[in-house]
Amino acid sequence: MAVMTYREALNQALREEMRRDPDVFLMGEEVAEYDGAYKVSKGLLGEFGPQRVVDSPISELGFAGLGVGAAMVGLRPVIEFMTFNFAHLALDQILNNATKLHYMSDGQFDIPIVFRGPTGAALQLAAQHSQACETYYSHAPGCKVVTPGTPADAKGLLKAAIRDDDPVIFMEGELLYNMKGEVPDDEDFVIPLGVADLKREGSDVSIITHGKMIHVALAAASKLQKDGVEADVLDLRTIRPLDMDAILATVAKTNRVVYLEEGWPYAGTGAQIVSMIQEEAFDHLDAPILRVTQADIPMPYAKNLEMLAKPSAELVVEACNKVLYR
Amino acid sequence: MTDTKTRKGTGKPEVLKPYGVSAELALELMQEMLLYRRFEEKAEEAYAIGKIGGFCHLHIGQEGACAGTLKALREDDYVISAYREHTLAIAKGVTPNAVMAELYGRIGGASGGKGGSMHIFGTHVRFMGGHGIVGAQVPLATGFAWKIKYRAEDSVAVCFMGDAAVNQGAFHESLNMASVWELPVIFVVENNQYGMGTAFDRVSTTDMQQKSAAHGVPATSVDGQDVLATYALFRELVQEVRDGAGPKFVNLETYRFRGHSMSDPVSGTYRPTEEVERRKKEDDPIVVLRDKLFAGGLLDQAGLQEMDATARKIASEAADFAENSPVPGPENLYRNVWAEVNPHGRLFFDGRRRD
Repeated sequence: MAVMTYREALNQALREEMRRDPDVFLMGEEVAEYDGAYKVSKGLLGEFGPQRVVDSPISELGFAGLGVGAAMVGLRPVIEFMTFNFAHLALDQILNNATKLHYMSDGQFDIPIVFRGPTGAALQLAAQHSQACETYYSHAPGCKVVTPGTPADAKGLLKAAIRDDDPVIFMEGELLYNMKGEVPDDEDFVIPLGVADLKREGSDVSIITHGKMIHVALAAASKLQKDGVEADVLDLRTIRPLDMDAILATVAKTNRVVYLEEGWPYAGTGAQIVSMIQEEAFDHLDAPILRVTQADIPMPYAKNLEMLAKPSAELVVEACNKVLYR
Repeated sequence: MTDTKTRKGTGKPEVLKPYGVSAELALELMQEMLLYRRFEEKAEEAYAIGKIGGFCHLHIGQEGACAGTLKALREDDYVISAYREHTLAIAKGVTPNAVMAELYGRIGGASGGKGGSMHIFGTHVRFMGGHGIVGAQVPLATGFAWKIKYRAEDSVAVCFMGDAAVNQGAFHESLNMASVWELPVIFVVENNQYGMGTAFDRVSTTDMQQKSAAHGVPATSVDGQDVLATYALFRELVQEVRDGAGPKFVNLETYRFRGHSMSDPVSGTYRPTEEVERRKKEDDPIVVLRDKLFAGGLLDQAGLQEMDATARKIASEAADFAENSPVPGPENLYRNVWAEVNPHGRLFFDGRRRD
């Protein structure tokens, strides 16, 4: 085990996978000579050269599509979006090509590509740069969606994503890059996609969440503990595949659920999971499931308004108290 | 596909001399164009009686573009196109049976019945589809060329598109990247002058020939109704690109004799009937080559009829094959959504039975 930042963990995962497989290459804006807009690719150009660490023009649609084409013929591209806000420009290539070519060709092509970059709001970047984008992708069969919230998960899941034969949307967090944590050194440390992780154990209420919201959930759990309430905090880690067994287990344990997510409520990840819980574990529920999400508005710039728009530990505590009828 | 080497050394009558093409090759091109014509007519017939559903875009009138270009390629070269691709798939080596069965939505189809007319794939012969979003195949072709260069191979990627595709951002982003990275790709516009019902000059103030200039990609125009000229150009371009010249752009001037798709009118407010009739009379690629071959004494009416009979037979057999190929069973519904079904977690969320 070594203590490192989330950023260093991603860097290590990329480095190890590029050493392991010469077909893996990294392409995106500023990934090479600039060392990455968020320095995730620091030093990779020096080790792997300009053919495998490639500065692209600002052409998200174009280089995402180039990556899909390269994956169709056997390479394993890692395409970096400076942020997932810019991936909207590439949605056609991701949703119409990457996620569908395997099916439309009846399995003639595998599309082993990773699209990665930060998602969600940082601080005061306003509406166009502060979007949690995971549900755009988890909506579509054909791609997998991964949202690591800790340095160890970032490393283990990125390695799994690169080795996976399907398109993987790998969503990081701008506010997580400097976060430190223990990370296994083992080059074969791979976290399989589709396995949730119980980040905290408790038996009174379940807070289910993913991505950087696990830290909000854990903060809420600490506050609740002071009131004598013990929360289970389940980190899904991947949205597709989804660890339904882990969800059902925590529901069966606490019988009360709050779903927390960074994005908007309408057709959000929480909406899907609430629907599945009521279909599959209705008898275990002692209260309606509540959701805590971003306010249903584009993100405002003003600091006070932004704080009001984001999901907070206070809102999670309030929701937990409601499902506990406290 | 025939090895180019075997074509050399045969006689080159006067009429073929300007193209540097042998009689044997010219006759092959004729046979292929006849097949593409008869195949598409058979598809047209099947569509009319409801055997083929959805959209169906025919290549009739554009056979020279298809035959002339593909003849200049090697088996390990990549070809990708938009949705007017039935005959390109055949030219690259997908069997007519597999293409027709795909149009019929049958298990014996090139894509197992999951793609249909617009999504025919043949990875085994490097035919890469069959794409339904205008211009979206252009970045993919750029990716094939990226892989060719990445692995230091000497194949070439050829990307077909319609004239309307050059107004898409994907086209310009791709040409720029291909140029910056000197990728082995030829971007070919099958310029039939109309994007569906919109004449090109209504949506562009610059000529097709100029479209690649901003990206430093050399452009050439050719008469796509002249299959020999098309072949001669591509023989040269493909070699240059194979030798490392970087990307090329070709304005292949052609004309579609049918409507945009089977559900669209052949003519109307967007192009007059007289124009279509005139082009069919003067610019049919099969007639253009026929006249040359007749004039050169390389083919006579009887010979042509024999070739045509062969083409009709293959098209007819393809329809029979499609008719007799079973529909894909329900067990195929959930197959090949994912390349890798992970051992953990749930991938499908519809709650339906999948056994």
